[in-house]
Amino acid sequence: MDATTSDRIMVTVDGRTAEVPAGTSILNAARQMGISIPTLCNYRGLSCYGACRVCLVEIERGQGRQLVASCSYPAENGLVVHTETEKVKDSRQTILELLLAQAPESAELAEFAANLGVESTPFKPVTNGKCILCGLCARVCNEMMGRGAINLFGRGIAKQVRTAWSEQSDQCQACGACAFVCPTGAVDLKTITARRLRPHNTGYDQFLTARPCIDLAHPQASPRVPYIDRDNCVHFKSDECGLCFKVCGAGAIDYEQTVETLDLQVGSVVLTPGFEAFDATRRGEFGFGFAPNVLTNVQFERMLSAAGPTRGHLSRPSDGKAPKRLAFIQCVGSRDAGCDNDYCSSVCCMAATKEAILAMEHEPGLEVTVFFLDLRAFGKDFDRYYERAQKLGVRYVRSFISRTYEMPGSKNLRLVHMNPEMKPVEAEFDMIVLSLGLEPSASLQKQAERLGVVLNRWGFAKTSELMPLDTSRPGVYVGGAFQEPKDIPDTVMQASAAAARAMSLLAAARGTLVRTKSYPPQRDVTDEPARIGVFVCHCGSNIASVVDVEAVVKKAREFPNVILSEHNVYTCASNNQDLMKEKIIANKLNRVVVASCTPRTHEPIFRDTLRDAGLNPYLFEMANIRDQCSWVHSASPEQATAKAVDLVRMAVGRAGCLMPLQEETVPVSNGVLVIGGGIAGMTAALALADQGFPVHLVEKSDQLGGTTREIHHTLDHGDVQGFLAQTIDRLRASRNITIYPNSSVSKVDGNVGSFTSKVVTDGELREIKHGVVVVATGATELKPQSYGYGKSKHVITQLELADRLGKGEFDLPAKATVVMIQCVEQRSEERPYCSRICCTTAVRNALLLKERFPKARIMVLYRDMRTYGYREAAYREAREKGVLFVRYEADHPPTLEVGARLRLKVREPALGKDLQVEPDMVVLAAPMAPRADRKEISELLKVPLNADGFFLEAHTKLRPVDFASEGLFICGTAHSPKFITESISQANAVAARAATILSHKQMPVSGQIAYVDPDKCVSCMTCVHLCAYMAPRIGTDNKAEVQGVVCMGCGSCASECPAKAIMLRHYVDTQILAAVNSLLYAEPVEKQVKNPYPEQVGVAPPKWHKSGV
Amino acid sequence: MSKYEPLILAFCCHYCAYAAADLAGSMRLQYPNNVRVLKLPCTGKLEVNFILAAFERGVDGVFVAGCLEGGCHYLEGNLRARRRVERAKEILSEIGLEPERVDMFNLSSAQGPRFAEIVNEMTARLTSLGPSPFRPARGAEEPVREMTEQAEASLSGENHDCCQS
Repeated sequence: MDATTSDRIMVTVDGRTAEVPAGTSILNAARQMGISIPTLCNYRGLSCYGACRVCLVEIERGQGRQLVASCSYPAENGLVVHTETEKVKDSRQTILELLLAQAPESAELAEFAANLGVESTPFKPVTNGKCILCGLCARVCNEMMGRGAINLFGRGIAKQVRTAWSEQSDQCQACGACAFVCPTGAVDLKTITARRLRPHNTGYDQFLTARPCIDLAHPQASPRVPYIDRDNCVHFKSDECGLCFKVCGAGAIDYEQTVETLDLQVGSVVLTPGFEAFDATRRGEFGFGFAPNVLTNVQFERMLSAAGPTRGHLSRPSDGKAPKRLAFIQCVGSRDAGCDNDYCSSVCCMAATKEAILAMEHEPGLEVTVFFLDLRAFGKDFDRYYERAQKLGVRYVRSFISRTYEMPGSKNLRLVHMNPEMKPVEAEFDMIVLSLGLEPSASLQKQAERLGVVLNRWGFAKTSELMPLDTSRPGVYVGGAFQEPKDIPDTVMQASAAAARAMSLLAAARGTLVRTKSYPPQRDVTDEPARIGVFVCHCGSNIASVVDVEAVVKKAREFPNVILSEHNVYTCASNNQDLMKEKIIANKLNRVVVASCTPRTHEPIFRDTLRDAGLNPYLFEMANIRDQCSWVHSASPEQATAKAVDLVRMAVGRAGCLMPLQEETVPVSNGVLVIGGGIAGMTAALALADQGFPVHLVEKSDQLGGTTREIHHTLDHGDVQGFLAQTIDRLRASRNITIYPNSSVSKVDGNVGSFTSKVVTDGELREIKHGVVVVATGATELKPQSYGYGKSKHVITQLELADRLGKGEFDLPAKATVVMIQCVEQRSEERPYCSRICCTTAVRNALLLKERFPKARIMVLYRDMRTYGYREAAYREAREKGVLFVRYEADHPPTLEVGARLRLKVREPALGKDLQVEPDMVVLAAPMAPRADRKEISELLKVPLNADGFFLEAHTKLRPVDFASEGLFICGTAHSPKFITESISQANAVAARAATILSHKQMPVSGQIAYVDPDKCVSCMTCVHLCAYMAPRIGTDNKAEVQGVVCMGCGSCASECPAKAIMLRHYVDTQILAAVNSLLYAEPVEKQVKNPYPEQVGVAPPKWHKSGV
Repeated sequence: MSKYEPLILAFCCHYCAYAAADLAGSMRLQYPNNVRVLKLPCTGKLEVNFILAAFERGVDGVFVAGCLEGGCHYLEGNLRARRRVERAKEILSEIGLEPERVDMFNLSSAQGPRFAEIVNEMTARLTSLGPSPFRPARGAEEPVREMTEQAEASLSGENHDCCQS
């Protein structure tokens, strides 16, 4: 055993030999081999002191053996070390017993000793403290922090750790390192420093919990790389410490990193900087900042999170008890001119409702009260959710809250609110949540200046209602709450829309920066017996410190078909990937198993390696022995190792049955069919045509424009008719757009990327080929049945009023009284939804009337004024101009007598009395209802409608413009009632989403899709009915077939098929059962299924044989 | 014989439950090591047969974990899985096995702590139920799992082809 060079030596520990640098202590040499030796006083990065003696090991010395402290004994070449001999154990036991006598109070030491099998001490306690004089605290303070606030004083039995003169030290910087490194919990920081000790609460958990100065931003952070909190890190404050640099084995700590400025050549900029929550201390009267039980809604959101500071349990910060009475105060920092935020933040009403429901689920019996001004549940299905919250027992109280009072002692909070009779009532709560407004961040103001983007008066990006995505600077677009406070679906929509604007601008440059990777041809392994290679990863010490990697490797060699089994420190490192590739080729491996982290992050990387090695990527399987093993069983290494072996055996079992799968591509037609020629359909058509895609726009009437033709003004004085005319002109001028007026779609066949549709124009049938479908059939104002509408010409709808005002065909007596009734035939049992636009429409029309007829008396009868976002400012303006807003309750709707005069009666809830008016004109806020042909379209495209008859998107929050079926999109009021500005955003969003399909000439089809064996299929239609994506269909031979492009690969059909005719490739029953069967012991080779796939016939037969060769 | 440690197989869906199990890992939550996770693209791919095969092979319990109801990535695979788990419970009680040995859970990908809770719950439940009578002794080199007399009797007895149904 000769050392290769003088600075490397060979050491043998417990029979394992390794090469280490000369001068390495035995302890560190063992650590490098993954052998852990218990120690109390040794800390990586700090000097060795040899105080505790727990790390004793036995070394071979000539004929005999000798006990030495492994931390301080430098290994020499050829040294043979034993860490677990009887002598070592005996001596260690005595040492631990002596230490226990020295620090009888230390629970940490007792636990440490117990883990090593020492439960008690026969010796009499010599002190009554916790300190074992290991000196770690003094070393970290002196060596790392450069402070020397504490030290070891005295000798022999008088030795102790203390500050100079045992007084609180001025030297101490209150970093807490001494307490952190102390193995016995003996350090009491209060005796060391007079400074105020405070935890480093950080922003992620909204300052509810303390976190280390070096930490992951949050558990799901991407990239999963820790960062240093430079504001609190000792190294950045005083240039001392640097312990993390010494401790990190991978050498990943780099204190020199600075902000880098990159020069990027771009064609367009999309601004999505989001918002900041209102600073609750600016409304100090609610107690935030000094009353611990007053939380912000963002803090409360963290508290409700299972991954949050309290693991999802409600607890009062003052005493940790669960609250019994909880109150939300709405509109803190929004709708508040006092702090210049006289806009509505749009999201808080629903956020509070959601949090209230969640809180009640988390804490049964909790009483929740929401104090609000208007409940703005204006979005799709929001009113239903609000109703549900009320049914679940959330109490909504309409009252402005001016302040809260903290009760001394209990730290409960009291406030005064108005009861329904408008009498002040006092109420007490255990916890209060403030629904904070959304504000633009302060740092944005400067950034906007640099970007040359004009902001509005509140500091959000200035846009106009008709151009909601364009900032003041051409080519710079905006998405999300930076344009206007908005919720998730609207944000997602607008973000896609901003992308579409950029794509239109940069259409010519599409694809010019794309680079493609080439792979060697794939080896055909179909007929070969399985030859499996197993690669077990240490993941540094993440796996190896718990799981005995070598034992797993050894065990894996015994499993059937395993040709090769080895381990790497980091299997995913690029050099090891290259090695893996070489080994696959050299050993003719045809299946690969990697036992490391999670396939969710690393499967694509290894699959790519397989492709590089000429193997089909589906011949790969992973065993998750880190995230689901070593990390969660770190206290029981033996059991973790056994589990890792099980997991590898399961993976090997499954790998043996894996078969190559062909990822096919199908050609994509880049045409678009847009159904509906309203503002949404036209905007989508233009956005797609601008990107170069041929668009077929089908409109059932003879005119384009839809409902927009009757709207003349936006709230920000935009000229809607001018904009409409301009849009139609651009549409007609576009070479990529074909308009089909007086037409309807009679048939849509095919699937994403290749549809064939029939369009009927005046009885004439035309066939169109296209890749996607956009549904923009719009909505219409429903003509009311109530309030004498149709009987009197003095009762009209808001849309009629707007149209007549716009055309200048409206006249009134000079001192006329106009009453607007909101929520007519909506938010009712029959139509339990809110039409979103009526409140703002009423305000806009009232303002227009006031402008034209300044002496007219205008009265708006409302239930909740839902003027969200900047619309709130107009509501305020209307009130300032004398428009009278009178609230009514759903149980007491206004009544109208239609005779020679109109007589209106409404009960004012605060007064509790009826008001009587004789209006000259009554304007009804009629509901926005989906078009009558919705059912036909829904059946034609096989897309769902919601209970109110609006089209149902794939996911309310995350896929607001997609249908569940690929290649079908929805925009405009056919989706839900919305403003023109929102329809424009959504239409652009559709253009962006559609472009993700249309921009490809070929579309990949996943290999993991369902396949029907026609011989077994009994044409029962089960699969056709159950598939949410409509992938299976009945083919020409009356047997089911799965359209590969549409199949999402969930396997629901395969499990449901009564004839077992369907299988999900890559998750074939035999493959799953192979894993199940390998759970306890390996399947004998002869029992394994070689090729689980039957002969391929029928639809799109995959080419497994000679694939790619 | 060492202490009885139940062996539990978990069928987890790719998008939620498997991700939650990973999250429990990155949060370094500690839970009993009795569970082996098998990933499915969606719990909709689960078949009653898989659960029965696992029992036949000798596991003490099975749980299926999918997305929250209404939150399935594939829309309603988890609802189908729930029905199949119910069916598996019926079959287990028909052959005299406690139906509580199988259960269905729903959790989102952000609920790492919930995954740990589920493992704790199932482990505790199966520890109190005792070993499955179908459980064979593992090889001598494997961590020993105790086999009851009942199990031995059942194994030496008639051929239990319960999984053919």
